[in-house]
Amino acid sequence: MSKKQEKKKKRQLSLRQRNALDGYLFLVPWLAGLALFTLFPMLYSIRLSMGDVQMAPTGIKIRFVGIQWYQEAFTLDTTYTVSLLSTLKFVLLSTPMIVVVALLLALLLNGKFRGRSFFRAVFFLPVIIISGPVIQELLTTRAAAVIHPEDFLIYDFIASLPAVLSGPLLYIFDNIVLIFWFSGVQVVLFLAGLQKIGQPIREAASIDGASPWQMFWKIDLPFLRSLILLNTIYTLVQLSTFSSNEVNQEVLNKMTLVGKTYGYSAALAWIYFACMLSVIGVAFLLLRERKEKKG
Amino acid sequence: MKDKKSLLGMIARYLLLIGISAVFLYPILYMICNSLKSVQDLVNPTVEWLLVKPTWENFTKALKTLRYGSTLPFTIFYTLAATLAQTVSCAMAGYGFARHEFPLKRFWMIMLVAAFLIPAQVTLVPKYLMFYNYGLTNTLFSIWLPALLGQGVNSSIFILIFENFFNSYPKSFDEAARLDGAGRFTIFFRVAMPMVKPAAVVSILFSFVWIWNETYTAGQLMGAELRTLPMKLESFVAEFTSIYSSGSGDMSARLNESSRLAATLLVIAPLILLYIILQKSFIRGIDAASGVTGE
Repeated sequence: MSKKQEKKKKRQLSLRQRNALDGYLFLVPWLAGLALFTLFPMLYSIRLSMGDVQMAPTGIKIRFVGIQWYQEAFTLDTTYTVSLLSTLKFVLLSTPMIVVVALLLALLLNGKFRGRSFFRAVFFLPVIIISGPVIQELLTTRAAAVIHPEDFLIYDFIASLPAVLSGPLLYIFDNIVLIFWFSGVQVVLFLAGLQKIGQPIREAASIDGASPWQMFWKIDLPFLRSLILLNTIYTLVQLSTFSSNEVNQEVLNKMTLVGKTYGYSAALAWIYFACMLSVIGVAFLLLRERKEKKG
Repeated sequence: MKDKKSLLGMIARYLLLIGISAVFLYPILYMICNSLKSVQDLVNPTVEWLLVKPTWENFTKALKTLRYGSTLPFTIFYTLAATLAQTVSCAMAGYGFARHEFPLKRFWMIMLVAAFLIPAQVTLVPKYLMFYNYGLTNTLFSIWLPALLGQGVNSSIFILIFENFFNSYPKSFDEAARLDGAGRFTIFFRVAMPMVKPAAVVSILFSFVWIWNETYTAGQLMGAELRTLPMKLESFVAEFTSIYSSGSGDMSARLNESSRLAATLLVIAPLILLYIILQKSFIRGIDAASGVTGE
């Protein structure tokens, strides 16, 4: 018996190895690009963040200074921690809102109704507009300010609530337009996911007497789980790398600080990067698909 | 009873759809309206939305300042090449991740997210120095090469999207093709890619928009000679006043703003056109895919 089984085992192993090899074959271009255009600049940037950079005519000289810039960011710098905290607050409060709003908009657009393609076209506009110099134009020319939330009665009511409750709520009201604007890509992804839920499943469920409400919780939501994770990560990155947010501005402004050229701003960017990466890690752990153990 | 309920639901749906559409359409309408304003309309305080004397003058000025006739073909050529390169490389990487098990897979997935999160401001200086060493600054290859190796604008998100879609159709399709004697790349291009058409359309559409709008890195690496439409939009005010210097004061500032809004519309017009063209195949692709995978 042993010989035959051994042979079988060997063949299985080689199958697995072949699969692994194939995987790397498809990843080769990406891996090469990762090394050249991401990892190398990343490591170089770490070196900059721990160095005193001298721009000499012969080239760049970097003298190692250890974690001096990192310490100074928290001790000497008066503005950095403030803008770091406010940016983190902005990202943490906006992300769940944007994902939920995007899901609601996608549900609104899903299904068959008159004017569907028109509304889809309109809801996709933010993708085109939010990413370019266009949004800068809109913000400076106040073209995006269609709703003035402070005009509504409910705004005053919420403002009178205790700060723990009113803080996030007021934030949502103040940024409602921005939240809509940032949800374009996420809507499209959710919509693509919703379309893939087969009609037969819904029909079967509705014959069994499921209400739309139950169908949402039992069919749509579990199906969209991986997309919720994807959209959350996307939103976190989109918000944190948005070039006009406070920390990114800080990094840009301190790029050519006298005596701290490039090095100091690199350190600031790395602190921010570490914060964002841990936020994404937490989001991932919370939202990932748990592998169910089957008997 | 049931009809009444669904009628109410429909009214609520349309109210929401129309309300949210207004948020998205308002800036576009604002831009169109203000870019058509003539001097008479700007002077007249009663003219807000209904123009008395609309004029194309702002558009002809903007066309000339942007050098639209030569900049538009160049921008399309540059963006399209980068888009196709990026889509192919991201699809390959996504396929590698979704369909294969290999050592260090989890590690590379983390690198994928990390690469996405790194702000452009951090890696710009090292990237520039590297391209400078290879003599690739001031050429289109400084953007095309990273795109071809899966490190273009937001490449990681496309890899994740492809991974998501490749994961969502049964593996038996690939295995059936393999049993029929198809090679790994034949399977990828002839079996796997057609299955994820919606992902490919999403990738092409979004890549095009994002690469089109990306001016920060591309502006630095491609130098002062190779300038796309959005880059020209950023320096529009300076170039505009050098051609049409019309003195100073509030009036000329507002005239400049009208021309700037006209230029903004001209810069995003190709993107909106592209979306209108691709939207149909986008939806068709999704419908086709859901028919197969909704088993």
